[in-house]
Amino acid sequence: MAQLWELSLIMIQITALIIPVLLTVALMTVAERKIIGKMQLRQGPNRVGLNGWLQPIADVLKLIMKEAVLPSSASKGLFIVAPLLSIMPALAAWAVLPVAEGWVIADVNAGLLYVLAMASLGVYGVIVAGWASNSKYALLGAMRAGAQVVSYEIAMGFALVGVLMAAGSLNISAIVEAQAGPIWNWFWLPLLPLFLVYWISGVAETNRLPFDVAEGESEIVAGFHVEYSGIAFAIFFLAEYANMVLISGLAAIMFLGGWYSPVHGLPLIGPALAWVPGVIWFGLKTSFFLFCYIWFRGTFPRYRYDQIMRLGWKVLIPVTVVWLIVESVFVITGFGPWF
Amino acid sequence: MQALREFFNSFLLVELLKGMKLTGRHLFSGRFTIEYPEEKAPQSPRFRGLHALRRYPNGEERCIACKLCEAVCPALAITIESEEREDGTRRTTRYDIDLFKCIYCGFCEESCPVDSIVETRIYEYHFENRGEQIINKEQLLAIGDLYEPQLARDRAMDAPYR
Amino acid sequence: MIQLTIFYIFAAVLLVAATVVITSRNPVYSALFLVLCFFTSSALWLLAEAEFLGIALVLVYVGAVMVLFLFVVMMLDINLAPMREGFARYLPVGLGVGAVMVAEMALVVGSSSAEFAEGAIASTVVEGGDSNNVRLLGNVIYTKYVFQFEVAAVVLLVAIIAAIMLTLRRRGGTKHQEVAEQVAVHKADRLRLVRDPRGKHDNQ
Repeated sequence: MAQLWELSLIMIQITALIIPVLLTVALMTVAERKIIGKMQLRQGPNRVGLNGWLQPIADVLKLIMKEAVLPSSASKGLFIVAPLLSIMPALAAWAVLPVAEGWVIADVNAGLLYVLAMASLGVYGVIVAGWASNSKYALLGAMRAGAQVVSYEIAMGFALVGVLMAAGSLNISAIVEAQAGPIWNWFWLPLLPLFLVYWISGVAETNRLPFDVAEGESEIVAGFHVEYSGIAFAIFFLAEYANMVLISGLAAIMFLGGWYSPVHGLPLIGPALAWVPGVIWFGLKTSFFLFCYIWFRGTFPRYRYDQIMRLGWKVLIPVTVVWLIVESVFVITGFGPWF
Repeated sequence: MQALREFFNSFLLVELLKGMKLTGRHLFSGRFTIEYPEEKAPQSPRFRGLHALRRYPNGEERCIACKLCEAVCPALAITIESEEREDGTRRTTRYDIDLFKCIYCGFCEESCPVDSIVETRIYEYHFENRGEQIINKEQLLAIGDLYEPQLARDRAMDAPYR
Repeated sequence: MIQLTIFYIFAAVLLVAATVVITSRNPVYSALFLVLCFFTSSALWLLAEAEFLGIALVLVYVGAVMVLFLFVVMMLDINLAPMREGFARYLPVGLGVGAVMVAEMALVVGSSSAEFAEGAIASTVVEGGDSNNVRLLGNVIYTKYVFQFEVAAVVLLVAIIAAIMLTLRRRGGTKHQEVAEQVAVHKADRLRLVRDPRGKHDNQ
């Protein structure tokens, strides 16, 4: 009975976390279209309710109504499983992310590793979808996505190694607590190169512009999800945005001090802002990164495929390795307020 | 020194930040869009839209069936048949324009010696049945009657430049 | 009770998936079921509270190794009939290797499990219930087994270099771009601004 109670409590916690994440995804889709519209001196969607902010509901309804076409020569089982494979890790990773002090579903010791593992699983949805579709475009997209994600995972992993060296723990709550203090106490400052590398590889990891060769509308139509339609496509779409929210949330936690306010611990102004709940700060920081995703999309042209590979292997990984060495000197000498 | 500066520029992503500054500025620079059904772009008095046949102020139709418009029409969209009326003047018995063929070049209007065939500012119209795209003399005259004040005004505005 | 049920479920899934890996006719399915195997065995390790090992298994094998594996398998157009030909011929060898592995496992598990439990690992377990096994593992690896660990690292490094050397072929006559040179290009190198002698606006 007690176990049943515990189980249902966990279920409630999961629902309470997933629903805001999915709402963020919904808002993100419309915010993206609106912000890019503004950047291109356009309007963006403004017809469906509340100046267009109910657009995602209409989109979802449309996608649910549409037929999910199953190509006749597709590998049926895998074709259906693939969208689930891509959304599952994106949502599962949230289990260890603390959105505020103590607000975490599973406070595991190897939290950072778990997040990395989940982030590396996302590529399966893409690869399986590409192969199961039995289409050349889809397979090419899957190959590109697979190679890209595997390459950037290394840079991203190294960047996070820097974080765990600085925090001295794999537990994500402990990583945030290690950054307690005002904005210059957070890890973005001492780990600036790693922060940039993490963020660039995070963008690459989610296959977003300027690294969206996996979709590459102009060359391989839509890449791995050409053959998908209806609700299956919707799930891929959801997974892409959920991954973006995840990477942004992680960036907020790892480098921008999670739930701490930018003035935390300062005399006078610190206590004045202490009433703001941590989840708000976390949300604001995550939103900043989500905005950056859109900003990048509105600004940069797509990288050529070989340039992506070069950037990942020959620039980002060496930068992380060099900075890890610099950082270990910092750690040993106890440099600044951070170590 | 130059090499050093380039090195730091590329590692601090200076060029990328420049690009982001540009898009960031445009984010706040206001929209360029005209929301079509609610807002409409301003039109020139020379706008070339749906055709019309005009009348003189006394109610007599202007067209004298000279067929210049039919001859000049590059898309062969105009078909005219004419006959002598009881009072001895020559008038059209048929004046059809196929709006699918028409390319709205305005040559008919230019060629007309009596300012009869004109193109109005109307650009929102549609057809629901096959054959409706061919509009006949009655329809053209009706459009002309309906929009005569504006047509007269537009011609007057354009007159100094002809 | 619930833990036991979960264990048996995962164990059953693991066994079924492992069987499918070697019986499936399609190599892609085999690879994907191997992924499922890794996943369920990592779940079993999590049940045994070895979360570091469990997650590392997913991270390394599922997240990286199997992706590359799938890559290769998907790109190959394998004709299955010839692959099955040698089945009967290789069967004895396979069975022999299997038997050796079973024997080894039996020896390891059966050899006075007391030493297994209390010897190496138990000595480092901190009394007081702090089961932070990332820390425990780190302590063991970098103190007691540091030599073996470093040897393993060197072996891996050698393997990486060997893999690169094996695949590194320099073919002459191929066209390729020097990206570094492209990046280093300057406006001043290629663009010469010329004043139009005819003046500013006269460019008819």
